Amino acid sequence: MHLSLLAIDWFLIVEKLILIAIIVSVSLLVAMYETYAERKVAAFIQDRRGPNRAGPFGILQPVADGLKLFMKEEIVPNLSNRFLFILGPGLAMLTAMMTSAVVPWSSHLELFGRNVELQIADVNIGILYIFGVVSMGVYGVMIGGWASNNKFSLLAAIRGASQIISYELAMGLSLIALLMLTQTLSLKTIVAQQQDGIYFFFKQPVGFLIFLVCAFAECNRTPFDLSEAESELNFGYHQEYSSMKLGFYLFAEYVNMFISSAVMATLFFGGYDIPFVNDTSFGASHGQNLLAILQGLSLFLKVAIFIFFFIWVRWTVPRFRYDQLMRLGWKGLIPLALLNMIVTGFLILLKQNHWHF
Amino acid sequence: MQPFTNRAEIVERKPMTIWEKLYIPAIARGMSITFGHMFKKRPTINYPEKTRPFSPVFRGLQVLNRDEEGRERCTACGLCAVACPAEAITMEAAERLPGEENLFREEKYAAKYEINMLRCIFCGLCEEACPKDAIYLSETVTASNYSRKSFIYGKEELLIPHPKLQPEAFEKARGLRVKR
Repeated sequence: MHLSLLAIDWFLIVEKLILIAIIVSVSLLVAMYETYAERKVAAFIQDRRGPNRAGPFGILQPVADGLKLFMKEEIVPNLSNRFLFILGPGLAMLTAMMTSAVVPWSSHLELFGRNVELQIADVNIGILYIFGVVSMGVYGVMIGGWASNNKFSLLAAIRGASQIISYELAMGLSLIALLMLTQTLSLKTIVAQQQDGIYFFFKQPVGFLIFLVCAFAECNRTPFDLSEAESELNFGYHQEYSSMKLGFYLFAEYVNMFISSAVMATLFFGGYDIPFVNDTSFGASHGQNLLAILQGLSLFLKVAIFIFFFIWVRWTVPRFRYDQLMRLGWKGLIPLALLNMIVTGFLILLKQNHWHF
Repeated sequence: MQPFTNRAEIVERKPMTIWEKLYIPAIARGMSITFGHMFKKRPTINYPEKTRPFSPVFRGLQVLNRDEEGRERCTACGLCAVACPAEAITMEAAERLPGEENLFREEKYAAKYEINMLRCIFCGLCEEACPKDAIYLSETVTASNYSRKSFIYGKEELLIPHPKLQPEAFEKARGLRVKR
């Protein structure tokens, strides 16, 4: 019996490693094409054509951009802390990628007589894990800004860090109302609940709105992109960075966007559930593997819509002033999230006491 | 201050209502505007693949003309050089020898004909001054180059292709300008 505890399921490890490799490369690929989509959508919104020289419709543009970044001279400022200077972008990228570990990308595949779960780790505290990792993202910003040994970078880093921390509060509070409904922190269970019932967006519209706004702030996207205001606020915490280290920071933003879209889709829009289709009966009639692939595609479609929304907002809404940003976070979203929490709790209590409405 | 025109408007600075303070309706309106722009016709012309037609009065690079049989029309009279306000044109005349009747239209011709494209202001006065219809401004522009010397265009650059030997290049170089 003691030996069975030590018996490691090697197949499981291989399976998870392959899954990690796939998910990491897919999120990098998605992030690459987000930059392309961003430029294309921006162009369309501004009645332009966008990149269309590299390859058909310019689809090789992200490759060209990446190549350009790699070819640039890599500068480490003389008086910077070299170790932290390099650690900063690495940490930003790492935290961006780590969040993808608990997102359920689809149900399971049946391969070689095994059930292959398409989720790296179904932790029962999935949401807490996401919060923990996301708040680590602040360190990427802070360390990068501090290690540059440049007062403007440092100011921008503090600006960014305080923004991220303030909005994390509202984000957490908005999710408490959702968690009161779900009674669980596991993302897979939350998706399963939505497959049986209706999407949590319809039960928690206010919570979703707060979460969405906070997601924009967490990803440093416009209208909250003060920490990296390109032209007017001295670029931001990555002012001293060049070459691929800068690319990592910018890339981490896009990976963050992808992951937070996936989290929003999972929490509020049913995750990998295919809308208007009964997934279990579809799986029984067409096979589990096909179902899993379609579910994955369904999640990706939802994510793509969210990403489009992110981009669309960026090219519409102007940037907030810093005091406006803080006022919205502390005086707007946090009270609203608390109110939402109280109302949700009240309704749940009424329902438990057999009120019908 | 007294307004100078009657178009001045007093800016209203009344506090925002709660509905306005929500920002969401305003943001939604802005988003619908930007979304509408995605389906608008784009005014961009894909330049190297497509070009815009020149205006009929466009004055581009000079061309030395030939007649229908391919003989050079220029007699090196020098009227264009005199007319040129930028003094961009220089030429040297030479006498046509027996046997060169198929090359030059008149007894005198321009052995050397140079226009300094850095001086030329493309006013078209050379075209107006020419009694022989030998020079006119085409629909092309001066190609960019690295050295100043390369902007002094000689006869190789200026002379129109032979209408019989290279009819297509001739038509292309002629453009629409001559038919005016």
